[in-house]
Formats: sequence, structure tokens, C-alpha cells
Amino acid sequence: MPLSAETLRDLHRRMLRIRLFEEEAGRLSEAGRIPGALHLYVGEEAVAAGVAAHLGPGDQVTSTHRGHGHLVAVGGDFRQMFAELFGRATGYCRGKGGSMHIADMDLGMLGANGIVGGGPPIAVGAAFSNKYRKTQNVTACFFGDGASNEGSFHEAANMAGLYRLPLIFVCENNGFGEFTRQDRHQAIRDIADRAAGYGFPGIVVDGMDAVAVYEAAGEAIARARRGEGPTLLECKTYRFFDHVGVRGMGVVYRSDDEVRAWRERDPITLLERRLAELGILDEAGAAAVREAIQAEVREAVAFAEASPFPDPAALTEDVYAS
Amino acid sequence: MAIMRMRDALREALREEMLRDERIFLMGEDIGLYGGSYAVTKGLLEEFGEERVRDTPIAESAIVGIGIGAAMGGLHPMVEIMTINFSFLALDQIVNNAAKLLHMSNGQINVPLVIRMASGGGSQLAATHSHSLEGLYAHFPGLKVVCPSTPADAKGLLKRAFRDQNTVIFIEHTANYGLRGEVPDDPDFLVEFGVANVVREGTDVTIVGYSGSVHQAIRAAELLEQQEEISAEVIDLRTLRPLDMDTVIRSVKKTNRAVIVEDAWKFGGFGGELAAQIMERAFDWLDAPVARVACKDVPLPYNRNLEFHALPSEEDVVEAVLGMFKE
Repeated sequence: MPLSAETLRDLHRRMLRIRLFEEEAGRLSEAGRIPGALHLYVGEEAVAAGVAAHLGPGDQVTSTHRGHGHLVAVGGDFRQMFAELFGRATGYCRGKGGSMHIADMDLGMLGANGIVGGGPPIAVGAAFSNKYRKTQNVTACFFGDGASNEGSFHEAANMAGLYRLPLIFVCENNGFGEFTRQDRHQAIRDIADRAAGYGFPGIVVDGMDAVAVYEAAGEAIARARRGEGPTLLECKTYRFFDHVGVRGMGVVYRSDDEVRAWRERDPITLLERRLAELGILDEAGAAAVREAIQAEVREAVAFAEASPFPDPAALTEDVYAS
Repeated sequence: MAIMRMRDALREALREEMLRDERIFLMGEDIGLYGGSYAVTKGLLEEFGEERVRDTPIAESAIVGIGIGAAMGGLHPMVEIMTINFSFLALDQIVNNAAKLLHMSNGQINVPLVIRMASGGGSQLAATHSHSLEGLYAHFPGLKVVCPSTPADAKGLLKRAFRDQNTVIFIEHTANYGLRGEVPDDPDFLVEFGVANVVREGTDVTIVGYSGSVHQAIRAAELLEQQEEISAEVIDLRTLRPLDMDTVIRSVKKTNRAVIVEDAWKFGGFGGELAAQIMERAFDWLDAPVARVACKDVPLPYNRNLEFHALPSEEDVVEAVLGMFKE
């Protein structure tokens, strides 16, 4: 069944929100206005958007060090996100978490995670709680090709399969574990193959094609909601920016030609082309969406930079819950 | 009051808390059908069913991580790490997630989770299976660390752990599982965290212990009284985080001497923390440097006599005390 115009527009908007947020974050980082390490999601937008479009109240997401895209995809607030990157008191975590630990419990976004492989066990636990409480909620666990080599991923996948828990493992295979190419960090091509070891299906999907991700994620999530257990959805995608920040640190680990070839399959361009062909959104329409989001970005950055730093008293708050 | 062993007191605590709060479930290796490596969870699968008593694969990182995720999902899990030795495999989840999520998320995420582990040497299980890591876990802000030495405390502290909104590392010394003692059967019996127990009053020296070492401290105090006419006060810390330093300081100001006994290594250990705090708060009251009796600075050996020499004994404590009274 072809996707409705409304769904396609929604996917486009989610992806563009991620892209414009990340491009601005990258600019601010390069200009030295945002501290710390930013792992940007540019190029991988179709994955987060295609999955998040199926999630609703009570569903959860566990994220990674490259986590901004996941939070934006589920509806993250630009103001609080930028404020967190700037380390301000108005940020999601009052500037205590930063880019790698941003979370929004109200949206079920259980947190970016600074440790590669830190998220999968937590996702399985959240899914366990959904089943235990007899809800229909699901958990989406985002992780990368790098994390698929961590023991914690395998332990978590095994237990998710064993208990037939309602979650989907969404592998964002961007071809690199940090700076190491996939064929230099694992002997397999398709990470989806690993699902067979844990008794649930593994599916490979074109991670640059938002519609393909949306359809595959829809089936996997429906399966999880029906109580039929997890699915591993491997999305083949690409990191347009570097592992950290925007441009490399001078070390050549991939060719410009390779980057150019992937950029020709820019997920947003691909979707915009399809929207135009279907007569859903023409060039002027897309530009209007873009401009509206840009205005939101500008306003959020201004808000963030005008926000105060947290009071020193915040330092010792929330070490323990009372 | 009933007389019971510590393992039975722990089981009573789990049972009562599970009856009280449906959000509590148990998860761990061999805790269901087998009844637990130390028989703490025996019979609970039969009583509460598979939903609430889950056998797991041997996968410590995922066991703890699932506990964290389930706590974030609104439950109050108890996960059992069969022994503290295996908790190294789960350290990332414990340290980076359980301990830090509350602070990193500005209070959005709390992790009400109880992680039980068996601890301690003395069973000829050699170096990888004989760790005492209470002090290691106490190092991390965000965790609470509980280490009972008696059946009553075991029950009251474990029940209290389920009333806490934080992750509680609950450490049970294997030598204590078979200990018998009086245990209150009131379902509201709780032992508060951060309240040390003055096990034995004395006037000449303060001996501080926790977990298994409390028993060496008590035996040493008895020997000192019988053989040397030295009156030792014995303090059981019960919890290392929060730490009841006030009780220790009050005692040291009375006795003017302090000996710390622990199964763990002295170098970089929790005893050093206690000694430093005593120095900071009671320097002018001390008649001798604070003494530490601890494990020798070696991996624990398998052989019985070597292991015996490595671990602190009551004789070592007596010797340390006598050293303080020499001119």
C-alpha cells in the first residue's frame, strides 16, 4: 500500500528537522561556540525518521553517542537541545549531560549514551517493563555497526530473543566504527545475519530510503506489538560528516569520491524527489518547510545562547534521588 | 522474633517486599529453578511464577542493564549477580548508567534497582572468585552500598533497599549466609541506611568493620578483654554509602584509638578513606596512628594455609591493637 501524502510529508519534516539542527550544531561547534564532542547524524536521517514515525506515547527509544537525530525524530525540543549543547541551565539536562547524554523522559527518549554498546541492555529492560506491565508499547534500540561487536549487544539480543520482548534493534550501519571501516572490524557484511543467532528475524534495508525504512520498521514494530518478539533491522547508511564534528582531523580514512557517491543518495534529496514526482511537495513547498525549520533553529540558538549557565549549586543536586 | 540463618532472612525480605510491591521482580543466574547459588531465592519461583522470578543466561552486563532499563520503565527490579567477582563484567552498566543517569539527566531518570552480590574470600576459590569489592563500589557517587553482617540487618537493610529510589549495591559475605540470629518478623521492620551499629561498647579502642570483617572485630574484642584487659568498642558500618562517620568519630573521641578491619586490600582501599576521615575530624583525640588490618597485597591464593595468611584474622586485629598500647 503506498504511503499517504501525510506520512510522506511527516517523514520529510522529521528528516529535515534533524538535518538543519545538525548542520547548525556543526557550524557552532566548528566556530568554537559549542564545547565538547559532537557526533553528528547528517546522512543517517532516514533511519531515525522512518522508525520514529511509528512510535507513540509510552514507547521508548534508546540512543547512542550520535543521538541528536533520535531525539529530534521523536519530537525533541530545539530550544532545550541547543541549550544543552551550550551547557546552559535551560538545557534538557541543565547542561550536566551534554551532547552524549541528552534525554527526554517525557518523550520516552531514555538517553543518548556515551558508551558504545551501553544502550542495548537498557532497551531490553525497557521492553521487559512494557511486557511486564502488559502494555502494547515497544522499544526501539538504535545502535551502530561498531556496537554490534560489543558483548553487551550480544547479551542483550540473546535475552530479548529468549523472552520474546517487544522491541526492535535498529542497526545504523554507516560503514565505520569510529574511523575503522566495517570490513576491518567484522568479517560479515550484513549485521542482520546476527539476528539468526538469537532466534529472531534480521532484515536489511536501504537506510538512505526513508520509505523503505518506514515500511520495514512498521512491520517489525507491529510484530513486536503483537507479542511476536524482536526484529533486527539493519539500515545501510552513511555518515556524511566525520566521526566527531564536521570535518576530519586530517587523517584520510575514506576517499572524497566515496563521500560524494553517498551524498548523491542523500536521503532528503531522494525523498524530496519522490514527493515532487508524486505531486505532494514541489520545490517551493520544500523550501518553505526548510525556511520554517531554519527559523525555529535560529530562534532556538538565540534562546540557548541567551540562557544562563547553571548555578554552582546545581553541581551537587541529583546525585541521589530522595 | 525468629531464629534464622542470614540466607533465610534475605529470602524473607524478598518475599515480603514482593508481596508488598508488584513492581518488584527478580532476575539472575540460577535464581529460579535452582533456587540461587546460595539458596537465597529458593522457593520464590514456585510462589511468584516465571513473570516475577526470571532465570537468565550468564550475561552480567545485560542482566544489570535490563534491570536499569526496567527501572526506567517504572519497575523496581532486583538483579542478582551470582558473585561479586562476576560484577566486573557489568561494571559499565553499574558505573556509567545506574550511578550517573540521575545526575546526567538533571533528575529526569532515576534507577531504583537492587543489585545483590555474594562477596568475600576464605572458601579456597582462588584469586578470581574471592574478591571483596565493597570499597570499590563505594567509590562511585550515585550508588548506595550496603553490606550486612547479621541476619536481622540483612533482612532490614534489604527491605529498606526496596524503599529507595536509587541503585543499591547489596553485598552479602559468603561466610555470613549460614550465620544464625534473631530476626524480627514484623513486615514493617526496616534498618535505615547510614546508621552504623555499635555492636559492642568499649573504652580503650574502636574497632571498625563491615560485612564479614565485623566478626573478626568481635572475636578480637573478646580476646582483648579476656587476655589483655583491653576494652574494645566494635562498630559495624552496615552501609558504606551513605556512611555514618558520626558514630565512628564519637567512638574514637571516647577511646582515642581506632583500628579498621576489612577483607579487601589496604592499598587504595576503603579503610584508607575511614582513616583519613578520622584524621580530619578527630586528629587531636588520637593517642596512636589509625591502624588498618586488611588483606595482604596479593591476589588471593587457592591453597588453604596461604589463603589464611592473606586474609585478616582476629589475631591480626589483636596484634594491631596491642601495637597501639606499646610505649
